[in-house]
Amino acid sequence: MSTAPVEVQQPDLGQQTKVDQPWVTIVWNDPVNLMDYVTYVFQRVFGYAKPKARKLMLDVHHKGKAVVSSGAREAMERDAQTLHGYGLWATVSHDT
Amino acid sequence: MTPDWQDLDFGPGDDEEAAEFWPTMGGAEAVFPRVQAVIIRSLLSQLAERIGADDDEPAGQADALEAELGLSGSAEPPDDPVLARLLPDAYSDDPQASAEFRRYTEQSLRSGKIAAAQGVLATLPAGGGKVTLNDEQCQDWLRALNDLRLALGVILDITEDDQQADDLPADDPRSVYMAVYHQLSYLQQSLVQALE
Repeated sequence: MSTAPVEVQQPDLGQQTKVDQPWVTIVWNDPVNLMDYVTYVFQRVFGYAKPKARKLMLDVHHKGKAVVSSGAREAMERDAQTLHGYGLWATVSHDT
Repeated sequence: MTPDWQDLDFGPGDDEEAAEFWPTMGGAEAVFPRVQAVIIRSLLSQLAERIGADDDEPAGQADALEAELGLSGSAEPPDDPVLARLLPDAYSDDPQASAEFRRYTEQSLRSGKIAAAQGVLATLPAGGGKVTLNDEQCQDWLRALNDLRLALGVILDITEDDQQADDLPADDPRSVYMAVYHQLSYLQQSLVQALE
């Protein structure tokens, strides 16, 4: 019996990553936190450029919440804890 | 929090202007009037004590071991509404996951907040005067000032953006807190701008 070469199906790594990382960190609007402070925290914690940080802050302000990071659950829990350290109201959840 | 500084002469009529940070090469600087330094030190000391207070059952032997490992955090949100805001749930729709997260992280979150408050107390002279901060100390100040404002926000029941002092009746004993709250907002904003 001869064995025909089997076409090995290569895993699509990009797809795989998405399946493995359906978690997000969400920041919720809060009447106390200052807008410029929230922008600063996003820059400091995530290394985001100011325009991106400011856009996320405005999303939080106007829409009530914004997804600020995504990835593995453990990483999102670390992000949430760091944000709690800065007094931001952050939660972790499955991608919405 | 007990305003033991309430007898101090404080308000818009005060001779000295409220502190405001300006940028330096490695951080920020400000000059504090004595009254403002006294108020911030008093409130932060009380807040740090409140954050450090254990509102759980007295620790048993097993708990002592967990404390050694830094795992002594309660799984329940704090009853104190101020602490509940400073140490929020990490999952909005999953109480079990929130409890697990809290159990493993709340103690270190509390320690970090206390350390930030102590960082301010260590750099703000009791009699007021010039405060010079490096970048790390600026982070302590930002976090501690924000925690203090969050705490006052709970006490003052601030639920709207840009809530103003005149939202409270003049004879409401909390109106002095509202003045402090707005002064802290101004101070924190100046520090953020100094760091940009």
